[in-house]
Amino acid sequence: MKNQLGRNRKNLLHKKFRWSEFLAEKLITLTAFISFVFIVLIFIFVFREAAPIFSSEEKKVSLIQAGEVQETYGDVEENNSPITSNQTSALETSGSEGDASLSNLTGTEWQPVSEVPKYGLLPLILGSLKVTLIAIFLAAPIAILAALFTAMFAPRWAKELLKPAIEILAGFPSVVIGFFALIVLATFVQNLFGFEYRLNAFVGGLAMSLAVIPIVFTISEDALTAVPKHLSEASLALGATKWQTALFVVLPAATPGIFAAILLGIGRAFGETMIVLMATGNAAIFSTQIVEPVRTMSATIGAEMAEVVFGETHYNVLFLIGALLFLFTFTLNAIAEIFIRQRLMKKFSGN
Amino acid sequence: MENKNTKIITKQLNLFYGSKQALKNISLGIFEHKVTALIGPSGCGKSTFLRSLNRMNDLIENTRTEGTVEIDNVNIYQNGIDVVELRKKVGMIFQKSNPFPKSIYENVAYGPRINGVKDKDILEETVERSLKQSALWDEVKDDLKKSGLALSGGQQQRLCIARALAVNPEILLMDEPASALDPIATAKIEELIYELKENYTIVIVTHNMQQAARVSDYTAFFYIGELIEYDLTKTIFTMPKKKQTEDYITGRFG
Amino acid sequence: MKNKFLGSSITTLSALSALIIVLAVVVVMGEIMLGGWSTLTWEFLTGAPKEGMTSGGIFPAIFGTFLLVIIMSIIGVPVGTITAIYLSEYASQKSFLARMIRFAVNTLAGVPAIVFGLFGLGFFIQFVGSGIDKTFYGTQLKWGQPNILWASVTMALLTLPVVIVSVEEAIKTVPRELREASLALGATKLQTIWKVVLPNSITGILTGGILAVSRGAGEVAPILFTGAAYFLPHLPTELSDQFMELGYHIYIMSTQSPDVEATRGIQYATTLVLLLLTFGLNFSAIFLRYKLRSRAIR
Repeated sequence: MKNQLGRNRKNLLHKKFRWSEFLAEKLITLTAFISFVFIVLIFIFVFREAAPIFSSEEKKVSLIQAGEVQETYGDVEENNSPITSNQTSALETSGSEGDASLSNLTGTEWQPVSEVPKYGLLPLILGSLKVTLIAIFLAAPIAILAALFTAMFAPRWAKELLKPAIEILAGFPSVVIGFFALIVLATFVQNLFGFEYRLNAFVGGLAMSLAVIPIVFTISEDALTAVPKHLSEASLALGATKWQTALFVVLPAATPGIFAAILLGIGRAFGETMIVLMATGNAAIFSTQIVEPVRTMSATIGAEMAEVVFGETHYNVLFLIGALLFLFTFTLNAIAEIFIRQRLMKKFSGN
Repeated sequence: MENKNTKIITKQLNLFYGSKQALKNISLGIFEHKVTALIGPSGCGKSTFLRSLNRMNDLIENTRTEGTVEIDNVNIYQNGIDVVELRKKVGMIFQKSNPFPKSIYENVAYGPRINGVKDKDILEETVERSLKQSALWDEVKDDLKKSGLALSGGQQQRLCIARALAVNPEILLMDEPASALDPIATAKIEELIYELKENYTIVIVTHNMQQAARVSDYTAFFYIGELIEYDLTKTIFTMPKKKQTEDYITGRFG
Repeated sequence: MKNKFLGSSITTLSALSALIIVLAVVVVMGEIMLGGWSTLTWEFLTGAPKEGMTSGGIFPAIFGTFLLVIIMSIIGVPVGTITAIYLSEYASQKSFLARMIRFAVNTLAGVPAIVFGLFGLGFFIQFVGSGIDKTFYGTQLKWGQPNILWASVTMALLTLPVVIVSVEEAIKTVPRELREASLALGATKLQTIWKVVLPNSITGILTGGILAVSRGAGEVAPILFTGAAYFLPHLPTELSDQFMELGYHIYIMSTQSPDVEATRGIQYATTLVLLLLTFGLNFSAIFLRYKLRSRAIR
């Protein structure tokens, strides 16, 4: 009978060694490890290229071709403004390399290509902060309110309109938003408010808010819909209206998630390059005015990296800026992660 | 008891999910070419016990097994055991029928194929034999290319049985195979079990007392991780020795 | 009374916010469409730039974009898929290695695009490329400079999290019962993954790939100094060639071309092409994901 069923069993005891299984598992693990390896490599290499700044070694003077005009993108007509012409003249003199001492780095002037290069990062940091804050102040209320609308009030048809709109917005390449801001938005805003400069921190922030809204919306909406049903039902059952429930029950319960959403939005705005590169005018002015042109950290890297001599101080300083960007967004994401976790914990312990 | 071989022997089998003990000192012998039913209320450990016979519990993280399970006098929990080979010898039918989203033919041919059978004639032969054994052949022989998911619930479950048979197991573990089926489909499965025991050792978990009484030769009653009573089905259902068994089979709890 | 006012203003404000978002999308899309439509001709899509880039088409940029995302996918999709397989099939949730990899993937997703560009420059070009040159070409500069390979690899790294998340989500929808069925039949883990898990995750892998391509086609910052070029007389034929790219083309034409006003039409039309490309890609990804989700529910 056993033969009839084709049974011919080897001893179970003998464990076969399966080469393919063994190799596959090792290979898969190794491949998965790539992500980790590269995070470490990014960390190492961005910092490595920034490191020479901190070594006191004297460096040779190197020249950057003179006559390279710095861009104030799309703003031909404004090239004569005091700020930009000032900068251009500085750029036109052949650059010699200065040291990037700590005092130089903490200065308020960014003139990397001049006789005495100045690598003051403060105007760039301030620039990034300005644009980021403008973007988040514009984007967060709109995104959170819209998320509240979707989660609490919206009729079905409105949801079905809003969701794809958000997906489309999230899918806009940042260069497209930058282009729109540069060509259309900047002029529109200038005509509306009569700003002196067409491209400025406000326009950059406004354009940036388009890129930030999808992130804040998506995560806020997640947080809002994750609020346990029994909470809102209890509130409604007590006779509270829908908006009272939304405002006093659902919104507070979703606070950690919404906070995380804002943090991630800030991270996105801070690191975004193309929009600010195209829409902010790129003048490194140390000023708190929001309607003046501004140069952010990311835009500085984007605009100048292609023109520096590899290995010289300017190059190293740009990497230092990159390292700062990396650290800043990394920290923000880490904090946001903690808030999202907390929310999850609450959700689980609530059950 | 009558003359027969013990196919599976468990000794002092303990199983833990994390710190929770799901099986407590289970020692029992399962006889070759008999149907053994495992009964008991939900959460009593009968399914866990079943899954420990082909080491499916290994797939769940944080499980720890103590004691031995011997199949043909080989402890399947000792080091150096090939779990893949073990599972070829000990087939399993699940509570919810789970055909692959492939054709009927490919479902049954899956086992032989993973064993390296490429010869088309052998594959066809195996598929036909398995489907005949599981009493599905007449219903599907004309459209073997149809998706396994297009079959009715009862047919799907018999397809899963055919799929298991195609690997030539010696033991079939069935985890409430008919719980999701209507009475007619259930009757077909039960009839099938009766036929299959001629060639296979069958262990079946069931919620349904009548089913246990109808199909099994032996019955083991589990309660909160412990084996309360194990005997001939006839004995269990007519004169149980333990009070708990009697309470359960007479429907006083469960 | 006061409450009622507060209530209606909150409802109105939230609806208004939603409306603003929809309007913003419509305005941006509409503006690009209207501005680019008249310039968008067959010749524009298939021709090369002419007369110092003030007329002609954008074929080299389209070609470069496709080449970029293809090379990127060849590298990124397998790595991403395998990582997702590791995370969902091999790693135990508590293992240190798995947590480390998950952390890395999350971190990778948050690194600013421009930092990827810096990394591409510092690592792939300056370190790997120059290393290859020093070892094999002596003083000749071949790999130690920006090119399409390094740009694609950089982009693959940036889009890796997109692929991983998407594939992992798809793998999770493969019912546990199917895995158990396969394993209970004596299939090995690898056989189960290969024959059951992967065939049932193919939609997710496709979705991940498409989303990555869409993302890669739209990002400009990582390629600013890793391989994109303003103008090239020839299409790239080797991995060590530079390339033109749609997003970069938009950036450069709108900010640095000698006569920005004269090329407005080209700028709009190029933007429209890029928008349609990413839009089409995203749309198909959404469609696939929708199909996937409906399967998960069933």
